[in-house]
Amino acid sequence: MLLEVNPLVLPDPGLMIWSAIAFFILLFILGKFAWKPIMKAIHEREKGINDAIATAEKVKAEMAQLQSDNEKLLVQAREERAVILKEAKDIKDKMISDAKEQAKAEAAKIMAETQQAIENQKMAAIVDLKNQVGNLVIEVSEKVLRRELGNKSAQETYIKELTNEIKLN
Amino acid sequence: MSLKHSKPLLAVAFSLYISFFCNSIFAQETPHHDVTVSVAPGHEKEEKFDIATTILEHIRDDHSWHLWGHVSIPLPVILKTDKGFEFFSGARLVNEHHEPAVYNGNYPYKTFEGKIKVVNADGTINEEATGKILDISITKNVASMLLTVVLLLILFLNVAKAYKKTGVTSAPKGFQSFIEPVILFVRDEVARPLLGEKYERFMPYLLTIFFFIWINNLLGMVPFFPGGANVSGNIAFTLTLALFTFVITTVNGKKHYWQHIFWMPGLPVPMKIFLIPIEVIGAIIKPVSLTIRLFANMTAGHILALSLIGMIFILESLSASALAVPFSVFISLIELLVGFIQAFIFAMLSALYFGMALEENHEEDLVL
Repeated sequence: MLLEVNPLVLPDPGLMIWSAIAFFILLFILGKFAWKPIMKAIHEREKGINDAIATAEKVKAEMAQLQSDNEKLLVQAREERAVILKEAKDIKDKMISDAKEQAKAEAAKIMAETQQAIENQKMAAIVDLKNQVGNLVIEVSEKVLRRELGNKSAQETYIKELTNEIKLN
Repeated sequence: MSLKHSKPLLAVAFSLYISFFCNSIFAQETPHHDVTVSVAPGHEKEEKFDIATTILEHIRDDHSWHLWGHVSIPLPVILKTDKGFEFFSGARLVNEHHEPAVYNGNYPYKTFEGKIKVVNADGTINEEATGKILDISITKNVASMLLTVVLLLILFLNVAKAYKKTGVTSAPKGFQSFIEPVILFVRDEVARPLLGEKYERFMPYLLTIFFFIWINNLLGMVPFFPGGANVSGNIAFTLTLALFTFVITTVNGKKHYWQHIFWMPGLPVPMKIFLIPIEVIGAIIKPVSLTIRLFANMTAGHILALSLIGMIFILESLSASALAVPFSVFISLIELLVGFIQAFIFAMLSALYFGMALEENHEEDLVL
């Protein structure tokens, strides 16, 4: 046999048996009392680290979310302020224009009333004047008629006098 | 870590030790010396052969653990024979000159190239009786392997305790911080990419096989007592581990895996039949390749390191060590890397085979 030529490549059954026993002992004891707790510990530590990283990520995301929320709120507030300001301005303008309008109307009304009153007064004055003129005419006529209509020149002077009197009135 | 740092130092120490050893051999030129056993009349011609024997003696298994010079620890021999179990010390198998000697138990035993054989009265091997005995001795490799087991248990149970004590919130400390990246390496580079979601089920196996091979590789590189055995360079050891991988692959084989072996989808029937033996051989070749890869890599490393040291012996000059020692240190550093890479490859290929066995039917849509 070729294998028997070199004892190096001839597996010795005794050593095989002992190898198997030794390996079984190792596999059993180490598997139960070493690898299990070690792997568990390593796994737990990795899990802990992963959890910590995940939590940090989450917090970071939350912070970013908060920040963006804040910014959004700020923008919203700004917009609202602008709207409110605009509304206030509109109201102010409207109020002013309304007041102006009202004032104008009022002024026009007052003017009209005043004009009416003036007209009334004027009419009253005219009527009064007419009455006075009438009375004067009657008075003058009376005076003229009372005098004899002899003297022409005197008449004329008298008429002149009378007219002057009228003018004075 | 400290092993890494002291490695070149160890190599230098080993080289010096060997060179002194060598000097004493050639100064004495005693024919019964254990390394140069066959140095007899025409030793100039046989020196090269002696180096090969010495290297093979270092690589192979033994019934005693050599410490230094003539001192070695005898290891217990356990034999299962047809006349019952037999226990005796490995010291009985050698004489006072550390040469193999006959020990009379149930049968007369004698070691030939480290293996126990039954001998006849005239000293020849009795093949028939040898076939009946099963050698389950605590050999050098077994002892070294058990040492690795103890080492791994102490290390990892302590690491596990450290995890329990410090909890998961604190950073790893001490040896824990050295081991954790390796465990993560096995998980993230081996298990997860090749096994996907189901990786957790195979993690204990992959981690155990990775560290078992790695520590054995490292211990094998230590040239003196606590190491010195060539466990991961022994084909029996690598075959056993490869068989574990093979059994797990086979047990976990899903429909898709078996279909690809016995009835390749999307091919005409004659082609399917033609592919069956090829695929069956392919499935068996996988553990064989695992076995041979680790065995050959580790054995080659040992042979290379020893050959470089052997230069000093071949050239019979201490000045050869000026070249041999730096080369040996260099090879040792490479072997340190190879030790890790081979453990990684063994675990990775195991994971790859498991991944192939677990694969669901994804390709059928494409084929149809």
